[in-house]
Amino acid sequence: MSALAPTKRRGLAQRTNPLVYVGLYLVSLVIVLPLLWMFLTSFKTDFDAISSPANPIPNPFTVDAYVTLAGGSQPILTWFFNSVIAATAQTLIILVTASAAAYALARLEFVGKKIVFGVIIATLLVPGVIFLIPNYLIVQNLGWLDSLWAIIIPGSAGAFGVFFLRQFFISLPAEIEEAARVDGAGDFRIFWQIVLPLSRPALATLAVLSFLTNWNDFIWPIYVLLSPENLTLQPGLAVLQGTYSTHFGIVMAGAVIASVPVLILFTLAQKQIVESVANSGIKG
Amino acid sequence: MTETAVKLSSRGGPGPRGKAGRPVRSKPVGRRSAVAYLFLAPFLILFSVFVLGPAIYGLWISLHIWNPLLDDHPFVGLQNYIDLFTPGSLTSGDFWKSMGATGIFTVASVPLLLVIPLGIAMLLNNKVRGGSVFRGIFFAPYVLGVAVISVLWRYLLDPQLGVVNALIGQDIPWTVQVPWAWISLVGITVWWTLGLNTIILLAGLKGISAELYEAAAIDGAGPWRKFTSVTLPGLRPVMTFVVTVTILASANMFGQAYLITKGGPGTDTRTAIMYIADQGLTQNQMGAATAMSYLLFAVLAAVSVLNFRLQRDNT
Repeated sequence: MSALAPTKRRGLAQRTNPLVYVGLYLVSLVIVLPLLWMFLTSFKTDFDAISSPANPIPNPFTVDAYVTLAGGSQPILTWFFNSVIAATAQTLIILVTASAAAYALARLEFVGKKIVFGVIIATLLVPGVIFLIPNYLIVQNLGWLDSLWAIIIPGSAGAFGVFFLRQFFISLPAEIEEAARVDGAGDFRIFWQIVLPLSRPALATLAVLSFLTNWNDFIWPIYVLLSPENLTLQPGLAVLQGTYSTHFGIVMAGAVIASVPVLILFTLAQKQIVESVANSGIKG
Repeated sequence: MTETAVKLSSRGGPGPRGKAGRPVRSKPVGRRSAVAYLFLAPFLILFSVFVLGPAIYGLWISLHIWNPLLDDHPFVGLQNYIDLFTPGSLTSGDFWKSMGATGIFTVASVPLLLVIPLGIAMLLNNKVRGGSVFRGIFFAPYVLGVAVISVLWRYLLDPQLGVVNALIGQDIPWTVQVPWAWISLVGITVWWTLGLNTIILLAGLKGISAELYEAAAIDGAGPWRKFTSVTLPGLRPVMTFVVTVTILASANMFGQAYLITKGGPGTDTRTAIMYIADQGLTQNQMGAATAMSYLLFAVLAAVSVLNFRLQRDNT
């Protein structure tokens, strides 16, 4: 791209001011440095983390913090697997239920369509705090308190996935679908064999966004998960901070464990995430 | 937008809209609706139980004295709401103080979360090598959970043992005294979320036609004049969206204060969400707490409407 783009644009834009790069590098530094510090501190001894906080380089370099966490008083590996299970399960449920609902709203005509769509969209504007207490009671009545069901199911009911996929389904060309219909395909086959395969990028983006949201959820799990072995990583970090209040190496190791999966996911899906975020402002 | 969307969607639907001459089967309306609701059913069941139901159930709870440990939940009508507006009642003082804390945080963070991302977006809108790498770096903290960024900054800002004080050789009470606690919470939030607004504003900047800038240049406009006459008006719709989303996000602040300042010193940084969650889920005052959550919702809705109105009037 660098071979083509400059010749095309040189006529319009002047040469980039070097100060632009200075600015961008400065911002990058401010963003990255704290994360790097977290990463490096997780390889420090407790003593080193406290006694030489201004020196980011571990001296000596040690993985003691991770070893302590793995065999320590807090079951961080269990939290990790709980987070993986909850986020994966919720993502799958969202993909299945939201894509089916979005197909109906984008491609089918039915009685009450406007009302159903209006109600679903309206709930996008309601802040999460409204649902906190009633959902707590509902989850309690279902016997789901202190279980992963509470983390997986209520959050999979949100309107975002339906809205997101509906916008994409609408943009698919109607001709392919009409041709299939002429060939005798029913709604389910059109959905399964035409709409879903064509929507892979949108489904992947929604999957990543759903996974991230569930993985990072904090306020809900700290109230509905109670036993230490049932926690997910985010409330687990709060427990770690309380347990190891001055053992910063250990707390940072916990933070690293909670961030690495989502940072990898983000790196893999960066383009889709960034584009869907950018679009949210333009189309919103 | 919704209108056009609905119209577009009907193109793909079955029925008599097919082009003349094409054999398009038409099913009875009732059967088509049944198929559609079959597709909708799994989502609608979840949605009714965990979104629509709770929104209404919450209103019902807010009309009662609702202690989950007791079997009896006496109906009190609007008393929980009236209490919040009665000075000297059990909840009103603390509630409005927490609303004030949320207000302070919102007023302090929103302008920064507009100006700084706009500046960065304008940098990125130049012809930059590695632009997508920068975008990725700026956005990266946002994908980390609030618990991660909070324990990280709790360490960096620890008044006695922290990195920041060690680096600058000062004893600043970052997390334990106001206004430092507010400066910390706002700064951390800006660091954490600036990538989100940057990306949206950058997309907005890219949508402004280069011809407008050329026309302004021909008219002799300098950089500042271009910014105020072309950039800002061109960004207006995107800006309205960003302002609204940022206000709502700031008003929902919870995790940072819960983990970094623990609402302190005293209850100075205890935000509305923190107070509502504490009253409802720890103190078992669910009726009062749900009433507070609807009041907060009403305030936020009013702010959003006002924001859209102001943006429209400026056009």
